[in-house]
Amino acid sequence: MKKSHIIGILVIAVAIVIIMTTAGDASTYVSFGEAIERAQEGNATKVHVVGRLKKDPQGHIVGMNYNPVVDPNYFTFTLVDTNRFEQRVIYYNPKPQDFERSEQVVITGNMQNDVFVADKILLKCPSKYVEKDIQQNTASL
Amino acid sequence: MINTLIGDIGHASVIVAFIAAIVSSYAYFMASRTSVEVSGDTSWRKLARGAFYVHGLAVISIIFCLFNIIYEHRYEYYYAWSHSSNHLPVYYMISCFWEGQEGSFLLWIFWHVLLGVALINFGKKNKVWEAPVMAMFSFVQLFLTSMILGVVIGDFKLGSSPFILMRDFMTDAPVFKMDPNFIPKDGTGLNPLLQNYWMVIHPPTLFLGFAATLVPFAFAMAGLWKGRLTEWVKPALPWSHFAAVVLGIGTVMGAYWAYETLNFGGYWNWDPVENAVYIPWLVLVGAVHTMVVYRRSKHGLRASYVLVIASFLLILYATFLTRSGILGNASVHSFTDLGLSGQLFAYLAVFAVLAITLLVYNWRKIPATEKELSTYNGEFWAFVGSAVLCLAAFQVLATTSIPVYNSFLGFIGIESNAALPADQIAHYTKFQLWAGVGIALLSGIAQLLWWRKGDKNSFIDAITIPAMLTLLLSSLIIIVSNKFDVFNFKLDNPAYIVLLVTSLFAIFSNLSITLGLISKKVTLSGGAVSHIGVAMMLIGILFSSGYSTIISQNTSGMLYSREFPDEINRDNVLLWRNSPTQMGKYDVSYRGQFFEVKGVPGYINKEILFRTADEYQAIARADIKVGDKAYYTTGDTLEILSPENTYYEVEYKEREGDNTFLLYPRAQLNENMGGLLASPDLQHFADKDLYTHVSGVAPEEKEWGELKEYEVSAGDTIILNDYVAVFNGIEVINKVPGVELNPGDVAVQADMKLLGEKKSYHAHPVLMIKDQMMGRFPETIEDLGLRITFLNIDTENNRFKIGVNSTQKDWIILKAMEKPFVNILWIGTIIMSIGFVMAIIRRSQEGETNKSVTPKPKKARKVQAA
Repeated sequence: MKKSHIIGILVIAVAIVIIMTTAGDASTYVSFGEAIERAQEGNATKVHVVGRLKKDPQGHIVGMNYNPVVDPNYFTFTLVDTNRFEQRVIYYNPKPQDFERSEQVVITGNMQNDVFVADKILLKCPSKYVEKDIQQNTASL
Repeated sequence: MINTLIGDIGHASVIVAFIAAIVSSYAYFMASRTSVEVSGDTSWRKLARGAFYVHGLAVISIIFCLFNIIYEHRYEYYYAWSHSSNHLPVYYMISCFWEGQEGSFLLWIFWHVLLGVALINFGKKNKVWEAPVMAMFSFVQLFLTSMILGVVIGDFKLGSSPFILMRDFMTDAPVFKMDPNFIPKDGTGLNPLLQNYWMVIHPPTLFLGFAATLVPFAFAMAGLWKGRLTEWVKPALPWSHFAAVVLGIGTVMGAYWAYETLNFGGYWNWDPVENAVYIPWLVLVGAVHTMVVYRRSKHGLRASYVLVIASFLLILYATFLTRSGILGNASVHSFTDLGLSGQLFAYLAVFAVLAITLLVYNWRKIPATEKELSTYNGEFWAFVGSAVLCLAAFQVLATTSIPVYNSFLGFIGIESNAALPADQIAHYTKFQLWAGVGIALLSGIAQLLWWRKGDKNSFIDAITIPAMLTLLLSSLIIIVSNKFDVFNFKLDNPAYIVLLVTSLFAIFSNLSITLGLISKKVTLSGGAVSHIGVAMMLIGILFSSGYSTIISQNTSGMLYSREFPDEINRDNVLLWRNSPTQMGKYDVSYRGQFFEVKGVPGYINKEILFRTADEYQAIARADIKVGDKAYYTTGDTLEILSPENTYYEVEYKEREGDNTFLLYPRAQLNENMGGLLASPDLQHFADKDLYTHVSGVAPEEKEWGELKEYEVSAGDTIILNDYVAVFNGIEVINKVPGVELNPGDVAVQADMKLLGEKKSYHAHPVLMIKDQMMGRFPETIEDLGLRITFLNIDTENNRFKIGVNSTQKDWIILKAMEKPFVNILWIGTIIMSIGFVMAIIRRSQEGETNKSVTPKPKKARKVQAA
């Protein structure tokens, strides 16, 4: 057997391992219901959940708690997922500053003792990079 | 008045550039035909060349028009309005230019023009390549210029023009219905994170790297097309070195920008945008290796074809990923989706199909050597090294493309909800770390074998000293870091130890080669030098990322909840103003908010600046001195460089020892960008960086307590909010900052002294009577959380009434970490680049002399190692 063949086989083997691992490590977008099921089965893998902040009829955010003076690393909020399931979420980091303005929140983490512990929060904000709002300029007319 | 002329010139230039690219590619195609080449007819080539120069001039005209629109603040154009603003300095106007997709395409097009002109003129001796290579160039330009064409035919939109007017972009905005000639007064500005000097040079470097990958690709394609299956490697080789080094430097510049400006706590975040450049770079470096192997041993030509083509296609894929909007949730900083995804996909698909078809069609004809390389051949191990590089690239590609799989499966009707790994760093590290080990090890072995006779004994000779030095130094580092308290980490992770040992081996073996070669011919050692650089980069990454330690652990013991007390890292600390907090070996205190003032070095405390209605202007309330030099005196008007940037002064004081230093991490309160954008400040030490950023600030709108009134006379002492305050008296003043006093108006200020924890403060609240009306200017002492208002004067009894509000003291939330030996990464990058430049010089000399195919290996083999 030629050396180049051995190398070729090795390369293919590593490539297969890479594909398997990628498939294994890839997370999924799930609902809170599924996140809870996973936790009950003892599956502690981290998942992505997409949702919106819980708001009262006046549009105020409810269930959000952050008091940096007491503990800057403790932020909790209530997220409503696409199935309208409400879940309390804890984030052991300072509150992202533009949190209230977000249209959509993507969190990564898992369920622990009835709360979802997030270790990453990604916010989808309206017009973060695209500004289609000319209001502030028209005011100077 | 709306200036439509400049936009029309610009748009016309885009169309000219597009048509010239079509003409040029067609004419170069005709000139490349064998019948034309044989007949010696140069008319097609002349036409093609002319068209390419017309294309180049048109591109320069587009750039001129677009820059003029930004420079002259022509906000009737959407590009100027959305990317710049009145207060932007010229050097950042340059960054505005390529903030948008259109401008960055333009930058890319511009580099292709320059490289094309260089190829036309430098290749004079060897005319056989011009026509087919430039045909490829012009064909690429055709696609790129179509991206900014902005032509609408029926429902079909081709490209997005940077010269679109506001009123045509926002057809629904009511203001343009009222007045179609409305011009906004100011633009929305450049994304503040991009207002950084690296953003002036990083994008051009990166796009030059992008552009340069086209050269080896065009040569490879020309070789396949014209049946010159082996000759293309020689002229393409210096270019592929050039592309690799420029792309490498551009990527590291981007990493350094992220390190300095963003606050994720490092230089690399495995964001798809970063990966999209890293992947083609790895493959390109692999291609450089196989091409070098081919030049020496005639092995690996097919691999060179595959890798050169793959690196270019991966650049196109990267473009598609970052610009089509397909990444969606997966990336925080991809470009805005301009609806070009169809065009981008066509660009990728056309070149993929073209290249793969040509390659498959000619595959059997590409000469391959049947003879096996022996294990004691450097070429063999260089080849294995390329395989490792490609596998590393493949791993990043497989993961980065997860959003693409979702889209693709969605496209064919299968719902897929795969997401990027939850812990990306762990995911990538478990492969990339071992790829680093492989590269370090192979670079040492391959280089030693490359320059020695290919047999066992001489290899053992060569490897002995580097191996001994490696073992010596690595055991020393391991022992010192574990047994003594020299570093603030213990090197006990086996994987990290393996990476350190192999990297040190790479350094020592390549060093021995460099020392041997340097007396013979300096440029020969380019390979060895760049491998030393790469190994240093690996060591730098190993320590700075592997042993990055957060020193801002919450030690106060005050925790909101103890739901999961042990598992969670509490990495942020709240600092009250002027109250020192222990952090690692430092006492850290937050000391106040500062601005940057034009013409004054360093930062100026907000407390001595009286803000005016124009947020860019302020009046000095005290003399502004730096060192001995006075810059402004009290009452001067000065200009604030960027009112949205606040710098938070943080003092670090070593508890043992007298070392004290100040850091100014920055935060931008920016409504458009969504809240707080924090940038770190770094303190560089020889062996580490201290990296500090704010992760939260007290709300700007303070909640003041109730007004408490005090009646005092001169000399009285009162207690305000636990601080001793002395009321010294009042004085009449002639000038009130920001107010014009007329005859008959009176202004008096109180003079108060307050004793704080660390120093005393003077407060001068002002009371004035202007036009029969009372006006009051309270004085706020942020350090003490006090606001003092001069309420009234009782002239008969010489008593004065002051009012005091108190509030919670100012605070910030801080995160700080130490990054050991991060300097080695940056130094390694520079050394790698130097090595590449040496190799470029050597390879282009070879191209010119055209003599020996094998570059003097015989002489070099005699060279003794170290």
